[in-house]
Amino acid sequence: MSLFSPALFLRYLVSAEFAHAALITLGLSLASLAVGVVIGLLLAVGRETPYRAVHHAVTGYLWLFRGTPVLLQLVFAFNVLPAFGLVMSGFTCAVLALGLNEGAYMAEIMRAGILGVGRGQRLAARALGMDEWRIMVWVVLPQAMRIVIPPIGNQFISMLKVTAIVSVIGVKELLMVAEQDASGTFRYFETLFAAGVYYLVLTTIFMQIQMRIERGFSRRRRIVAVPVAQAAR
Amino acid sequence: MTDLLNAAAIWKRFGDTDVLRGVDLSVREGDCLVVLGPSGSGKSTLLRCLNLLEPIASGSILFKGQEISGLTRGHASAVRQRIGMVFQNFELFAHLTALDNIMLAPTKVLGRPRTEARALALDLLGRVHLPDKADAYPDELSGGQQQRVAIARALAMDPALMLFDEPTSALDPETVGEVLIVMRELAEAGLTSIVVTHELGFARRAANEVVFLDHGKVAHRASSRDFFSSAVPDRVDRFLSRMEA
Repeated sequence: MSLFSPALFLRYLVSAEFAHAALITLGLSLASLAVGVVIGLLLAVGRETPYRAVHHAVTGYLWLFRGTPVLLQLVFAFNVLPAFGLVMSGFTCAVLALGLNEGAYMAEIMRAGILGVGRGQRLAARALGMDEWRIMVWVVLPQAMRIVIPPIGNQFISMLKVTAIVSVIGVKELLMVAEQDASGTFRYFETLFAAGVYYLVLTTIFMQIQMRIERGFSRRRRIVAVPVAQAAR
Repeated sequence: MTDLLNAAAIWKRFGDTDVLRGVDLSVREGDCLVVLGPSGSGKSTLLRCLNLLEPIASGSILFKGQEISGLTRGHASAVRQRIGMVFQNFELFAHLTALDNIMLAPTKVLGRPRTEARALALDLLGRVHLPDKADAYPDELSGGQQQRVAIARALAMDPALMLFDEPTSALDPETVGEVLIVMRELAEAGLTSIVVTHELGFARRAANEVVFLDHGKVAHRASSRDFFSSAVPDRVDRFLSRMEA
């Protein structure tokens, strides 16, 4: 038996099983990121509100989700929540855990984006008689979005790889499929190599997309961001 | 004519510093009131107190005969819809074109239909002599052009009163004139305004009344003609000769 069989590697690579697993990885990443963006946005806006209770809730959330391993959160969601009557499929459970965790990190990115929009912009909007909600929606967030796109791209690429941990709750994503196949045949080299190729293809595609978006924004260079430290004064 | 805005005994504190120490100020409908004074005298703060961007410690602000100081958030927003403001640094919304900058508040705050707001915005761009800059983004405009768009943006809310906070201080000297011309035209058309500026020429030609602010107090107040021709307190005289030197 040779150390590496190209034929076997190719067979894994084009197998329906691997292609399907890659789709699961992709879908899981997109869904978790979407959940993370929404939660991150809510947390960031919550931090900017003058209500102390909201402020404390946000701080508590960040403390909890950044202070414990995402693997723990995942296993907790899968094994403990059913005891409270919350039974979810492995996929849903994975999206929930990864998304909630991602939200904590996304909150900081969104906050930097919001603070990156100069104070004068809000003052001008306030002087026009806009209320805080309209200022956020029509003046601050559209400008903040341009600031946060590069870091969100990074988060997505990191998310593609983090999804590998959901194999522990039995979701058939790339790494899980690769390991399962190998455990029967002991052809770890070929299966892991095939899975690795899928990860690389996915991350390469998304790096390209991210580059295009960033180039689009810099060409139009509509954004006048001030450094966060300066804006926070 | 009656006072459109009448502020009495305005007191404002930042921490331990008393920035405004009992300022009285009023402007009649249709008048242009110029506020002069050395930097740090509290001029900009005063303007921000008048449209409730800054809360005051004590005093009263009557706008159209109604007390507006101490209004809560929502009511303060409603008052600000009637009081336009132009800033030293323009503060045009960086992500919007000139036209969209002007249309934003009428459509999102007043709920005007887009076609109506668009027609109004184009008309206002004409009034500030920028009819061909509708699709330009702020970073494609000179300072003087940005400030004129900012004036149009404030006018789009059809304000009863306009506040100008050193509108030409951040401009290149060659673009100061184009902004002052627009402001003079507005004053001549009967727009009520309070203008904080260092432009004595503008005060002389466009103002009905001039107020001199020093150390958070009104040190002198006179009609524009008297302010520049008759005897003024020493402090004011020194300021004027320094400005015109």
